[in-house]
Amino acid sequence: MTTMEMLTWVRGPGLAIAISILVLGVLVRLLEMIILGRNKDLSEAREKNSAKYGWRTVLTRFLPPLSATHVSPVVFLASYIFHIGLFLIVFFYVPHITVIRELIGFGWPGLSSWFIDAVTLVTMISMLVVIWHRLSDKVKFFLSGFNDYFSWLVTILPVITGYFAYHRLLLPYNEMLVVHILSVELLLISIPFTKLMHAFTFVFSRWYTGEAAGRKGVKI
Amino acid sequence: MAENRTLAAALLQHGVTRRGFLKYCAGLASMMALPASMVPRIAAALESAMRPSVIWLSFQECTGCTESLTRSHSPSLESLIFDVVSLDYHHTLQAASGEAAEQARTQAMEKFDGQYLLLVDGSIPIKDGGVYSTIAGMTNLDMLKETAKGAAAIVSIGTCASYGGLPHAKPNPTGAVAVSDIIKDKPIINVPGCPPIPVVITGVLAHFLTFGKIPELDKSLRPLSFYGESIHDRCYRRPFYDRGQFAKSFDDEGARKGWCLYELGCKGPTTHNACATTKWNQGTSFPIQSGHPCLGCSEPDFWDAGSFYKAFTAPPINVSSVVAPALAAGAAAGVALGLASRIKKARSSKRREPVTTDDLKE
Repeated sequence: MTTMEMLTWVRGPGLAIAISILVLGVLVRLLEMIILGRNKDLSEAREKNSAKYGWRTVLTRFLPPLSATHVSPVVFLASYIFHIGLFLIVFFYVPHITVIRELIGFGWPGLSSWFIDAVTLVTMISMLVVIWHRLSDKVKFFLSGFNDYFSWLVTILPVITGYFAYHRLLLPYNEMLVVHILSVELLLISIPFTKLMHAFTFVFSRWYTGEAAGRKGVKI
Repeated sequence: MAENRTLAAALLQHGVTRRGFLKYCAGLASMMALPASMVPRIAAALESAMRPSVIWLSFQECTGCTESLTRSHSPSLESLIFDVVSLDYHHTLQAASGEAAEQARTQAMEKFDGQYLLLVDGSIPIKDGGVYSTIAGMTNLDMLKETAKGAAAIVSIGTCASYGGLPHAKPNPTGAVAVSDIIKDKPIINVPGCPPIPVVITGVLAHFLTFGKIPELDKSLRPLSFYGESIHDRCYRRPFYDRGQFAKSFDDEGARKGWCLYELGCKGPTTHNACATTKWNQGTSFPIQSGHPCLGCSEPDFWDAGSFYKAFTAPPINVSSVVAPALAAGAAAGVALGLASRIKKARSSKRREPVTTDDLKE
C-alpha cells in the first residue's frame, strides 16, 4: 500500500469508521444517561424557575472560579490555555474547516496558518505542563489511573503529529499526514470510552449542578 | 538503428554550439541540485557518450507523455538531446510499421543486450492474461517481460507506467498495473506526471549517461532531484496560504489577486513534482500560475483521491452515508439501554425496605 493509498483510506473510510464509532458511542451514553434521569427532589422548591440557573451555570462555568485559582494556578492556567488552544486549532485552522464544511455542509472563515502554528506550540507546552503536574503532585499522582494518561495521550498525539506534519519534521509530509489523521481518528474513537466524554457531558452536568443549586435557593 | 556516433557529434550536426551545449549542462546540473564543479564532468560524459539505444514501449496510454516530450520544448536543447538518443523503437514515432517495426525492437535488443534503456509509458493490463492490450499480437505483459530482460535500466514515463495511472483507477477493469509491479530485477526510475515534465526525463537520461547509474530515488522510485519537494513547498502562492488568504471560487476577488487555491482543490501540499520550479513550456508557467489548482497527477492513485475541486482534506467518500446507520443504531441502543436501566431502577425502588426508627429500637 502506497502512502497515497493510505492517505486516501484514512481521509475516507477510516474517517467514516471513526466518526461512526464516535456518534454511536456518544449517543448510547448520552441517551442512557438522559432516559435514566435523576431521582425526583421531593422537597419544596425555593426557586420555581430553577432551570434558569441550570442554563446560567452551563455558561458561567466557562469562566475560571477566581476564588479558587490560587489553589493551583499553574494547572488552572495551563488547562485553560490548552482547552482554548485545542478549540482554535480544531475549529479555526483552514484545512480543518474544509473537512468540517464537507461533513456538515457549512463552514466559517479561518485564522492564518502562522497564528494557528503559534497556538499549537503553546497548546503543546501547556499540555506538557499538566502532565508534569499530574506526575509530580503526589496526591494527583495517587488519584490518577490509566484513563487519565490515555486521555492525555490521545489528545496530545494529533497536536504533535499535526505540528510535525506542518513543519515537515521526522517523516515526509504525506506520511506524517497519515499518522496525524490516524491519531485524530484514535481520539474520536476514544471519546465515548474515556473521560474525554466530558466534551459532551459537560453541558448536562453543569446544567444539573446549576439547577439543583438554584432549586435550593443557592445563587450560583 | 543506433550508429556509433557520440552525442557531441550529433549535437553539432543539429547546429548546437559548444557554448550552448555547456549552458545546457550547467542548467542540468543546477536542476539536479549538483554542484557547479560537476558541469565539466557532465559535459565530458555527454560528449563522449555513445548515443544510447532506447526502446520505448507504449502500453495502455493516451500518447500524452509522447506529446509532452516531443513537442512542448521543440526545438530546445532538451528535445535535441532527446532526439539524439538512438530511439530504436517507438511505435508512435518510428517510420517503420508492422513486421519491420517489431524487427527493429528485436534487433536493438540483440545488438545492445544489457545496455539499452527501456522507456515505458502506459500501464500494463494483467487481468485475463493481459488480453486487453496487445501489440503485433503480443500482450503488453509479454512484451514488457521480454524487452526488460536485456535492459540496463527501465524508465517508467508518466503516471500510468509508474503507478498504473488512469487505467488503474477504480474499478480497474483491465487489471492495470505499473512496470514496477511486474519487473523486480532491474533498476527502475519512475518519472510520473500526467504528462511528466519533458526536462525531467532528459535530466534523468543525462544523469544516467553521466554517472552510469540511476539517480537517487525516493520511496516511490522517483528521482529526488526533481520529486524531492512538494509543489506546495515551492509554490509562489505559499505566502497566501500561510496568511490564510484563499480564493473561494474561480472568479472571486481572491482568485483575481492570485491567492492560494487550496480551498478550490489544490493538491500541492501532497504532490511531489518540479512544476513549481522548472515550470512548463520553456519555463513559461505551470497550472497554479495560470489559476488552476494542482491535480496531484504525479502521485499514485491521484484519480481515486477525491474530487479535483474539493480541498485536499475533504473526505473523498460520502461520510454521512456511513455515519447515518451508526446514528440510527446509536439512538436505538441508547434508548433501549436507557429504558432497561429505568426498569431496573423501578424494580429496585419496589424492593426497597426503608429503615425506620422502629427498626433501630430493636
